[in-house]
Amino acid sequence: MSDDLVLKTEELTKHYGGVHALVGANFEMKKGEHVAIMGDNGAGKSTFVRQITGVEQRTSGKVWLYGDEVNFAGPLDAREAGIETVFQTLALADDLDVPDNLFLGREKTFANWLGPFRLLDYKGMRNDTIAGLERTGVKIPNIRNSIRNMSGGQRQCVAIARTATFASKLTIMDEPTAALGVQETAQVENIIHTLKEAGEPLILVSHNMRQVMELVDRIVVFRRGRMVANLRKEDTDGQDVVAYITGAKTGAEFEGAA
Amino acid sequence: MSDTSHGTGGLTFDKTKRSWPNEMNILLALIIIIVIFEILGQILPYMRDQSFLFDSKDRFDSIFNEARLKIIILQVAIIGIIALGVTQVIITAGIDLSSGPLVAATAMIAMSFGQTELVNGFPNPKALFGTWAMDLPVIVPIVAGLAFGAFIGAINGTFIAFLRIPPFIATLGMFLICRGIALWWSGGNPISFPTASYKFIGSGMMPVVWFLSLAVIFHLIMRYTVYGKHTYAIGSNEEAARMSGINVKRHKVMVYTIASMLAAFAGIVLASKSETAQAGMGEFYELFAIAMAVIGGISLQGGRGSIIGTVLGAMVLGVIRSGFTYIKLDGSYQLMAMGSIIIAAIVLDQYRQRNKA
Ligand SMILES: Nc1ncnc2c1ncn2[C@@H]1O[C@H](COP(=O)(O)OP(=O)(O)O)[C@@H](O)[C@H]1O
Ligand SMILES: [Mg+2]
Repeated sequence: MSDDLVLKTEELTKHYGGVHALVGANFEMKKGEHVAIMGDNGAGKSTFVRQITGVEQRTSGKVWLYGDEVNFAGPLDAREAGIETVFQTLALADDLDVPDNLFLGREKTFANWLGPFRLLDYKGMRNDTIAGLERTGVKIPNIRNSIRNMSGGQRQCVAIARTATFASKLTIMDEPTAALGVQETAQVENIIHTLKEAGEPLILVSHNMRQVMELVDRIVVFRRGRMVANLRKEDTDGQDVVAYITGAKTGAEFEGAA
Repeated sequence: MSDTSHGTGGLTFDKTKRSWPNEMNILLALIIIIVIFEILGQILPYMRDQSFLFDSKDRFDSIFNEARLKIIILQVAIIGIIALGVTQVIITAGIDLSSGPLVAATAMIAMSFGQTELVNGFPNPKALFGTWAMDLPVIVPIVAGLAFGAFIGAINGTFIAFLRIPPFIATLGMFLICRGIALWWSGGNPISFPTASYKFIGSGMMPVVWFLSLAVIFHLIMRYTVYGKHTYAIGSNEEAARMSGINVKRHKVMVYTIASMLAAFAGIVLASKSETAQAGMGEFYELFAIAMAVIGGISLQGGRGSIIGTVLGAMVLGVIRSGFTYIKLDGSYQLMAMGSIIIAAIVLDQYRQRNKA
């Protein structure tokens, strides 16, 4: 396959017992592209994200990242391969502070011969955290406060700053602004603009039509576990997308799917 | 967030400071309890102006009553060693009820390899095994005991992490199993008369030396190593830990194994200190160890607390025990007071948690 594709999935499928949460998803995205995934609650968007990020093991199907077929055994594998994800359920440890959360699972360490008892490089992680926050313009009053004491927006920003702290080949955000106010949403959208300018590819799961129309190049719609539309932004509008989401319409190449 | 006087991100060096540590509150509570006993010592009619912690006689050497200080810390040292492990388990949002009986079982096993052949020139009347197990180097009972502890802890951890048995149930089962092993090991008979070298490791203030050294080691581990960070992360949000790539199951097995090895070490030291091992040893130790951790601010919800907190919690229990003896109230009152303090500590933790949410 051509390796100007960042991500490709073939017949990606996930069943939870009898629940067919994701069925035969064929998804592609090119370098530098920003793609939105839309769909009703329960359409399978988060399930799709979990299959390509190694959080869960898919039932069947194949995944390629930059032309290489990948089978991630766990989320750390996916991160090491360059996929940075802001999960819908943020995946933050409330009692830890900002640098701890940014580096959770891939701490900067020294004396690595000590194995699990290797030493944490607090200073290095703190410096990288400050740099990452500055790059994304995220404002957090005190990075050594535990996440517990932070607002929803600040927590979201920490999760996003985590993806920005590490050089990534693909960033995925699952409903990053669903719980945010107007100002906080604007801040997240700013970060997304920054990624676009830097040519970093992004998958954005969102219900926010204005946001999607403003930010992305292409919209993929999921309905009841299946991909039902693949629309270039220029060729569509809000009403059209809603028709696909609700099931009033189904894309030509997806006929028979739903 | 409208304050723009700081640099980008609102970050300046002074803004990376930690806030007031919870340990200071426990230290404060400890001091208040000491002061209360001091005051009671002055005003209770039957106390005749004795001091609790200070020297009543005006001697040169020191202002403290060292004898009482030593007793306070000595009587919490062995349970304190268990509490260091329980602390780690509770930080993962787990619990370990098996440590008391594990102390007994380990004491039996260790002592059976730590006996001396001749007692005052006569064969050891409590010998469990033949002469092959007599007068072994002290490393043998220590390694045997620690290996047994590691084995029990690994089983606890495996059932909890891989088979998803709730920690309360898994370690309750192990509680009974270990008490059974302790009884079965020698058919209920005490095992006594350790070698001189085995006797040494629990003699005098040695339990305190072990407790404080291990406290320092585990304080450093919990604060400065990946092991410590992941332990907190798992208790704080297990799902997030898993999604961040932490091998949660393997880590939990490691935590329970370390906790049981610490309890086993407490058993090794206790047998040495008592110069005998009996199946009934360590009764309620698991509860007192949990109490030390809880009083020390380790949240039962997981994710929060520190080794320093637990050491202070141990001191609180020690001071209360010694204080009640000092004002001549007997054990029944001590138990009631400790129970109340444990409940108060948990209420306080819940209250703090709600306030922060
Ligand atoms: N772990 C799970 N076990 C069983 N069913 C699940 C699980 N996760 C998701 N589902 C189901 O799969 C479907 C898709 O869910 P999800 O991917 O979360 O939807 P979306 O993110 O689009 O709202 C839903 O019907 C949901 O109930
Ligand atoms: Mg979702």
